[in-house]
Amino acid sequence: MATQLMQAPVQLTISPRLAKNIRRNVKERVIELILMLAALVAVATTFAIVGILLYESLSFFKTVSVIDFFTDTQWTPLFEDAHYGIMPLVSGTLTTSAIALAVAVPIGTITAIFLSEFASHKTRETIKPILELLVGVPTVVFGYFALFFVTPMLQKIYPDLPSFNMLGAGIVMGVMIIPYIASLSEDAMRAVPMSMREGSYAMGATRFQTALKVVTPAAVSGIVAAYILAISRAVGETMVVAIAAGQQPNLTFNPVDSAATITAYIVQVAMGDLPHGSVGYQSIFAAGLVLMIMTLSFNVIGHWVRKKYRESY
Amino acid sequence: MATVTTPIKAEARDLNFFYSNGARALKGITMPLYENKITALIGPSGCGKSTFLRCFNRMHDLYPGNQYQGQIVMHPDNTNVLDQGVDPIEVRMRISMVFQKPNPFPKSIYENVAYGLRVRGENNKRIMDDKVEEALKGAALWNEVKDRLHDLAFNLSGGQQQRLCIARALATDPEIMVFDEPTSALDPIATANIEELMVELRSKLTILVVTHNMQQAARVSDYTAYMYLGELIEYDDTDKIFTNPSRKETEDYITGKFG
Ligand SMILES: Nc1ncnc2c1ncn2[C@@H]1O[C@H](COP(=O)(O)OP(=O)(O)OP(=O)(O)O)[C@@H](O)[C@H]1O
Ligand SMILES: [Mg+2]
Repeated sequence: MATQLMQAPVQLTISPRLAKNIRRNVKERVIELILMLAALVAVATTFAIVGILLYESLSFFKTVSVIDFFTDTQWTPLFEDAHYGIMPLVSGTLTTSAIALAVAVPIGTITAIFLSEFASHKTRETIKPILELLVGVPTVVFGYFALFFVTPMLQKIYPDLPSFNMLGAGIVMGVMIIPYIASLSEDAMRAVPMSMREGSYAMGATRFQTALKVVTPAAVSGIVAAYILAISRAVGETMVVAIAAGQQPNLTFNPVDSAATITAYIVQVAMGDLPHGSVGYQSIFAAGLVLMIMTLSFNVIGHWVRKKYRESY
Repeated sequence: MATVTTPIKAEARDLNFFYSNGARALKGITMPLYENKITALIGPSGCGKSTFLRCFNRMHDLYPGNQYQGQIVMHPDNTNVLDQGVDPIEVRMRISMVFQKPNPFPKSIYENVAYGLRVRGENNKRIMDDKVEEALKGAALWNEVKDRLHDLAFNLSGGQQQRLCIARALATDPEIMVFDEPTSALDPIATANIEELMVELRSKLTILVVTHNMQQAARVSDYTAYMYLGELIEYDDTDKIFTNPSRKETEDYITGKFG
């Protein structure tokens, strides 16, 4: 019994075939290592950014208390009497982003539904490249478009509108992110298998009912992903708001006011000449940290929503 | 063939079908479907079984360029469902379809079954509840799902999903149901359930089923049609087809000598 359980002695000589395998394994390992290093670059950069943000913010919060930072209603780091309340910048960011989404979500989604479910092949092939062209327009151009075209138009309807306002900036930002929502949502809808649509038609549904009640819910996780990307774009957008929304931090959610966003403040300071290590200089890192946390929370919410509605065919 | 007393529910008359690429997939098919009977459609892959089936609910309308020629007449009202003046949606409400692969919608079990009613504008909760229950019972699924009607349909097993698709089709009281290889994605037990179900449904409606499974055709159907290269080769009582077919081609196919 015991002898049966004993293992046969292991042969230690390496056959020529195995030797070749070792060489192949080494090659595989090297390739693996290179791939991993490439992936590490992105990860390391992310960590470095977060690290710097945290480090500089930490020195900032040695001067300004966290409570003041979140409760003070004024943001005036460049004044004699400096106040460091982030809320005015947050309100500007949220308001412009909300306006942008209010424009882009309905138009983008409807465009996607139209392109995916109603347009003929030819129409789709004409409209899609035009939409994608919009992505290539530099954001500065959009900024001046907001300032010199959209705002004057809005002033015709609402004469009291200041030249710098969140409404015009938000609307143009919305136009800017329509292609993201339309294009990504359309991809998600086109990925819905034909068999699902056929099932709906076979039940006597119309094209419209099929698009709305079957295809859209089936593509919801992709559509939500598109919205999340759009939110991140809106929150992080800089040029349009810096140019067209004005640069005075202003604790307001009123679209017809002028205000500054977090990003607009960051470029403003970055382009000025605040000395390194000063509180004003450090404040852009604290603001950046808040921006990152906002974007991150949207992504987490989006991830959660997608998981909840994950489709499986 | 069929006894003279068996009423005809629908019939194809000299039906030809052309795909958008010009391919003629059906060649002059004339064939009655008998009321409250199960008719099986057999034949080698690519012979046009699905094409024929999908003519009944005008599925081919979904793709541009497809062309029907001939008629499919429904009785007793003598409507030619292929007529350009007949609304395909109207047709699909009378003739429902169950697909090869279960294709539930990304909705709850309840909403899947209620879909056809909602599409028809029904919103009364009581009527809807009753219809959903009735349809699920009709599809022998009620006992398994009655406690989780609001779960996502994707969470059901493949066999349950297929019965859900049958329930969905049943909920709108169709006159004819066409099945395209309804059990080819299912295991033997789920297959037996579906077969049993079809036999039960026969008392309520007329069934046309495509199958690659000879035993299945022999087990469930009253009549069997053998198709080859877009043509109807032989159509007769299932017993006759499987024991004593008149055509050599049919016999070769059934006995597996085909090739
Ligand atoms: N969309 C289409 N366009 C052009 N030809 C098609 C199309 N769909 C099917 N066909 C052709 O029509 C013929 C009949 O196809 P069909 O799908 O009806 O066969 P089937 O009998 O159902 O086969 P299977 O048993 O494999 O499902 C085949 O020759 C097929 O290649
Ligand atoms: Mg087929």
